[in-house]
Amino acid sequence: MKSVVLRMAWRNLWRHGRRTWLTVGAMIFSNSLLVFSISLQFGSYDMMIDNSLQTFSGHIQLQHPSYLDQPKMRYTLADIVANAQKLRDELALESISARASGFALASSNKRSHGIQLLGVDAKHEPLVSTFPGLVNEGRYLGPGAQEEIVIGSILARNLKVGIGDELSFLGSGLDESFAAGVVTVVGIFESGIPDLDRAMAQINLGYFQDSFAMQRAGHSIVIRAAHIDDVDGLMARISAGIDDPSRIVPRDWNELQPGLRQAIQADMTSAWFMYIVLIVLVAFSVLNTQLMSVLERTREFGTMMALGLKPIHLARLVMLETGMMTALGLLLGITLGALITAYLSVVGFSYPGMEEMAVKFNLPDRMYPAISPLSLTLGPVIVALGSLLAAIYPALRLNRLQPIEAMRAV
Amino acid sequence: MSAIHCHQLCKTFHQGDEIITGLDHVDITIETGEFVCLSGPSGSGKTTLLNAIGGLDTPDSGEIRMGDLRIDQLKRGALADMRLHHIGFVFQAYNLIPVLSARENVEFVMQVQGVATAERARKANAILAEVGLQGLEDRRPAQLSGGQQQRVAVARAIVSQPDLVLADEPTANLDSVAAAHLMGLFASLNENHGATFVIATHDKRVMAYARRLVKMQDGKIISDEAQ
Repeated sequence: MKSVVLRMAWRNLWRHGRRTWLTVGAMIFSNSLLVFSISLQFGSYDMMIDNSLQTFSGHIQLQHPSYLDQPKMRYTLADIVANAQKLRDELALESISARASGFALASSNKRSHGIQLLGVDAKHEPLVSTFPGLVNEGRYLGPGAQEEIVIGSILARNLKVGIGDELSFLGSGLDESFAAGVVTVVGIFESGIPDLDRAMAQINLGYFQDSFAMQRAGHSIVIRAAHIDDVDGLMARISAGIDDPSRIVPRDWNELQPGLRQAIQADMTSAWFMYIVLIVLVAFSVLNTQLMSVLERTREFGTMMALGLKPIHLARLVMLETGMMTALGLLLGITLGALITAYLSVVGFSYPGMEEMAVKFNLPDRMYPAISPLSLTLGPVIVALGSLLAAIYPALRLNRLQPIEAMRAV
Repeated sequence: MSAIHCHQLCKTFHQGDEIITGLDHVDITIETGEFVCLSGPSGSGKTTLLNAIGGLDTPDSGEIRMGDLRIDQLKRGALADMRLHHIGFVFQAYNLIPVLSARENVEFVMQVQGVATAERARKANAILAEVGLQGLEDRRPAQLSGGQQQRVAVARAIVSQPDLVLADEPTANLDSVAAAHLMGLFASLNENHGATFVIATHDKRVMAYARRLVKMQDGKIISDEAQ
């Protein structure tokens, strides 16, 4: 360092090495913790979005423009199976499935319950939804199967039916005729979501179309992207291929599940509350260190002022020392945090009970932090700014110093 | 700016309910290149006068001029600039910056003055050699004797060739050999660099070097004689 001032600032830091290391250590700890936590948060959001979307709604759905707000039987898409196949070919993406949906009264020989009956393409549904994997009793719908049904565990309990039992359903068809059928229970699923387990049932799409007089229509084409980052690109391609937007619109996951984004924002807010507490604690540690340092050097500062330095020069020196300490904490904190996070982003980690829950609900059994330039720098940069802000008070105190009084200080 | 002119300088201090007179209507003029000793017992006002001349303390009333500049009317920033560019200080306790080496202590003020790096190093080495510290440039104050530290302080005070060097009891912490060496150095710098020296002391060894001796008592000048 050519600058004497820089050398002085650096050496001043190590006059009380233990104190400086304690403060830098607090910065390293908080910075690495922030790098890990924010990366984990970003990673868990990706996982949370994926888990939520793959359960049922997929990343994108093609629907009638009015269907999202009013999911009525009459808002249909024509030739839904053929159109789904056309989309698979155009997008070169297999995970696209057609669905139809209606409400019906399901009855066993003992009880009746209102249900949402879903007609699904049994071949492609497992590619867009984890539902087929949630069947824990019996099996999922077979390809080409006609008179089969898969129901939720609570519904099965309420209707007092098991595998092999028959159910009848009665609903209203597209042409407002009676829609009725008799199906055999081939599978019982448990999603862990009580509303679904209580009121959801799936049958083959062809059988649904026949029963509800849908002809070849359906209500939605569900698309699951390979990665959430692909959604925007897929949306653009799909939108460009739509000839008549008054009959069909693509909806991305934000529109399909607005609560998901809000849940993420709520989680982010509460997490940042904790982060801010951590940042404030580090800032107070810096404030304490620099205040002590300034008070201990009052006599020295008095000498410097007598030699012709202005309070602004001294304040700059204190800020420079803080900047060096902060840079050290930033560098080491990010490095340590990045190493830990990078390792865990490869091997993943789980907490007790996570694996059992994952098996039960057909979810990933490990969490993976998502390391990115933003997750590496966001927290530590705020810690650095907080630390520099905390050093302003000790630096401003120097403005009150008078050289004579300062030089008399013990 | 060359001479110092003080006119009717007054300064009082409050110690509890007691009012202590630091300077009592002091009039003094110091010409360029003079080597002046302010002497007197403790509390006589010599340090107060030195601090007022150096702009470290403001008088209650009266005038201090350095050339055409009214020091007593300068604001804080302007006073700092004046000290930085025109005055060198030597303190009783050396007051070196402990984390800097001898060379760096000398360079430090020059850096604040805006002197270029190479020029700083050249001047610092030259002045340290002149005060007899060649070979000790990289030592920190704690690795130097009291006399050596005071010589670093002198080098720091005069390296920028200030118009005025103010020294407050510079030999108080030195043995007689070191004190004699320091005073010889002051005398030679006064002659070679033409700097004006004003030294506050009650050390008779120092007074022997003065060409003008100003005696003070109770904040007043009681005698002012050329030697």
